[in-house]
Amino acid sequence: MKPTFSEGGKLSAFGSLFDAAETFFYVPSETAKVRGAQIHDAIDSKRSIFFVVIALIPAILFGMWNIGYQHSLAVGCTEGCCWFSQFLYGLAVMLPKIMVSYAVGLGIEVAIAQWKKEEVHEGFFVTGMLIPLIVPVNCPLWIIAIATAFAVIFAKEVFGGTGMNIFNPALVTRAFLFFAYPAMMSGDKVWVNENYMDCINGTVDGYSQATPLGQLAAGEPVSYSAMDTVIGTIPGSIGETSFIAIMIGAVILIWAGIASWKIMLSTFAGGALMAYLLRYGDAEALNFEWWEQLTVGGFAFGAVFMATDPVTGCRVEAGKWIYGFLIGVMAIIIRVLNPGFPEGMMLAILLMNVFAPLIDYCFVQANINKRAKRAKVK
Amino acid sequence: MANVIKLCKGLDINLKGKAAAEVTAAKPSKVYGLIPDAFYGVKPKVVVKEGETVKAGDALFVDKLHPEVKFASPVSGKVTLVERGERRKVLSIQVEADAEQKYAEFSKGVPADGKKVLEVLLESGLFGYMMQRPYAVTACPEDTPKAIFVSAFADMPLAQDFEFVVKGQEADFQTGIDALSKVAKVYLGVKPGSALEGTKNAEVTVFKGKCPAGNVGVQINHISPVNKGEVVWTMGAEEVIFVGRLFNTGKVDLTRTIAVAGSEVKAPKYVKALVGAKISDIVADNLATDKAVRVIDGNPLTGMKSSADSFVGAHTTEITAIPEGNETYELLGWISPRLNEFSVSRSYLSWLMPKKEYTLDTRVKGGHRHMIFSGEYDSVFPMDIYPEQLVKAIIAGDIDRMEALGIYEVAPEDFAVAEFVDSSKVELQRIVREGLDMLRKENA
Repeated sequence: MKPTFSEGGKLSAFGSLFDAAETFFYVPSETAKVRGAQIHDAIDSKRSIFFVVIALIPAILFGMWNIGYQHSLAVGCTEGCCWFSQFLYGLAVMLPKIMVSYAVGLGIEVAIAQWKKEEVHEGFFVTGMLIPLIVPVNCPLWIIAIATAFAVIFAKEVFGGTGMNIFNPALVTRAFLFFAYPAMMSGDKVWVNENYMDCINGTVDGYSQATPLGQLAAGEPVSYSAMDTVIGTIPGSIGETSFIAIMIGAVILIWAGIASWKIMLSTFAGGALMAYLLRYGDAEALNFEWWEQLTVGGFAFGAVFMATDPVTGCRVEAGKWIYGFLIGVMAIIIRVLNPGFPEGMMLAILLMNVFAPLIDYCFVQANINKRAKRAKVK
Repeated sequence: MANVIKLCKGLDINLKGKAAAEVTAAKPSKVYGLIPDAFYGVKPKVVVKEGETVKAGDALFVDKLHPEVKFASPVSGKVTLVERGERRKVLSIQVEADAEQKYAEFSKGVPADGKKVLEVLLESGLFGYMMQRPYAVTACPEDTPKAIFVSAFADMPLAQDFEFVVKGQEADFQTGIDALSKVAKVYLGVKPGSALEGTKNAEVTVFKGKCPAGNVGVQINHISPVNKGEVVWTMGAEEVIFVGRLFNTGKVDLTRTIAVAGSEVKAPKYVKALVGAKISDIVADNLATDKAVRVIDGNPLTGMKSSADSFVGAHTTEITAIPEGNETYELLGWISPRLNEFSVSRSYLSWLMPKKEYTLDTRVKGGHRHMIFSGEYDSVFPMDIYPEQLVKAIIAGDIDRMEALGIYEVAPEDFAVAEFVDSSKVELQRIVREGLDMLRKENA
């Protein structure tokens, strides 16, 4: 079958699609060259990247249930809607978003890989899953499609594909949505799905529900308890609400050694420090302790799944501490001090994506200077 | 008490088929072949003609740029073939061995003068075994080395255990060190608890740590790093024994105790054989035959694919055989547990079985990517160098940056473990070799 798809074959136009499918099903049987390491570690980028998707599963499942839960709250159906029907409702809302994001993103990736005569890289499997998780539930599919296409082409492929991009493509998607369609991304109308579906009776129209960060930005007291924000039964972007689900993902990532624990830890440390310094006046009146900053909004999700992106983050080990710390600090500064942006995580990570090479530069340059000095002393 | 240096970074790979502590003599080969390529960086000029007779220790070829550097025949006999490849490149010079070996005679005893020592080494063809940093090539006798480094242990998977090899040859080893110490200061790197800690005329340093702590490059980096404009020489521990034999007996005796190891070797053990012996005479009937086997000249991390018909390379201390694996099709490798695979990643279960010996084949086990995950090289690179940044500078061909990041201090073998763990499957050793060659040409 393979010859049909290789260069000159009848179906060579689908060659990279065939390669992608082949390496998806089978470990490549290519052997080591005459010189160089004759044996290799069993880990490859495909496995690492799928483990990130696995780590996302708790957040995905919880997010699906929460869509249904928020909807049933909105329609006032608190009894008689079992968790399973709420989950089914969420699944029905969520699945098209995942499919659109994958179809658009992978479609573009495959087309470009075919054009460049390269293998399709698997990086988009994570990006394509992150995108539906970081948008509000009411975000229309066509907007997700446009934003995904924009991010894959302009944030990733123009730089040379997976491993060469400067910005995290999923965050570029969100930033694109945020600035191009601001009404779809924040406010209090976007967080609860209004569509009628069989599994939960009742519809609502123009139902508004504010997130904790929206309430804080408006100077109102937060109507959710700390327990709500940790478990995640609050409105918000689909994947970001449950602190617990995200932490399960974090444990998987750190245990498998795929994401940097240094970045995660320092992001939380930076966020905690800033949240403490910039705490809102009266914690009791606002019903909001300073440490709850870390459990609401996209802070935890960003710290675990997006700040740790190895390609766009700091690559020098010592620099990772600084990189993460500054993300945490910036995120809370933007949240608290900038009235225009109730959420600061996205901008903080994108900003630090820009500065990551500078942090790397400082450490590498120190090594270079040390070597130059050593040569001179002699 | 020797200095102790502890290294934290590195990775030991526990492969099946380690050589047992048992030595046999190899079947004498009919024809011995000296491979010029095994002396990296040398442009060979053949100085014998087919049909000529030579003694063991007579030059078969010299370096075109430094004709005083000779390369000695391991045996006495008749030159049967100067094997040439494309563009008349010399592939090997083959000598049919006499039944009774005749040796070229050299003066016995270590001369007091370093220059005299060098002369004898050059004349006897043993200087050709000296390597140098920068560039990781065969040394040039015109340089004045800052020091000579010898690593008395190799910790690459399946590598020869020099502690075992040196048993019974301690006197030759000491004489070799004595001779080298007349040329320049000698540093000897040993492993903890080594019998060689008491070696005289050398500064002994104990290196504690995982592979590649035994790499001489790692040891140089921690003892006295190479700066731009400096040269250090390095010599393999067993080659120091060659030097010792020369000064003790006046003869060139290139007998090595080669580890024959690997999962596809039926009875892994040590074999005494000469440099240039036929590999088939060493592995003899000791290879598994039920599947495709890759015979490696060297260990599986830094060695080179070879075959039974080839000859033992000049610097070869072990010959290993592992499954080729090209007929293996593993389903859904990105998610299945794959219990027989070894990995540094805990997405596999090999971290649960630290004692297990693995049978690894030669598959690359993944697609080639740009460098995606960070810190992989760094975790197994125990030198004060940023490996990823250096490799990127080489790929970009940025000579100034390569220099600044310390390319003079490294050899391809120092990147071997990093190449093993790399999930993006970048050919690091090839890239580093190309970078070194580029710089050598540029600075020539």
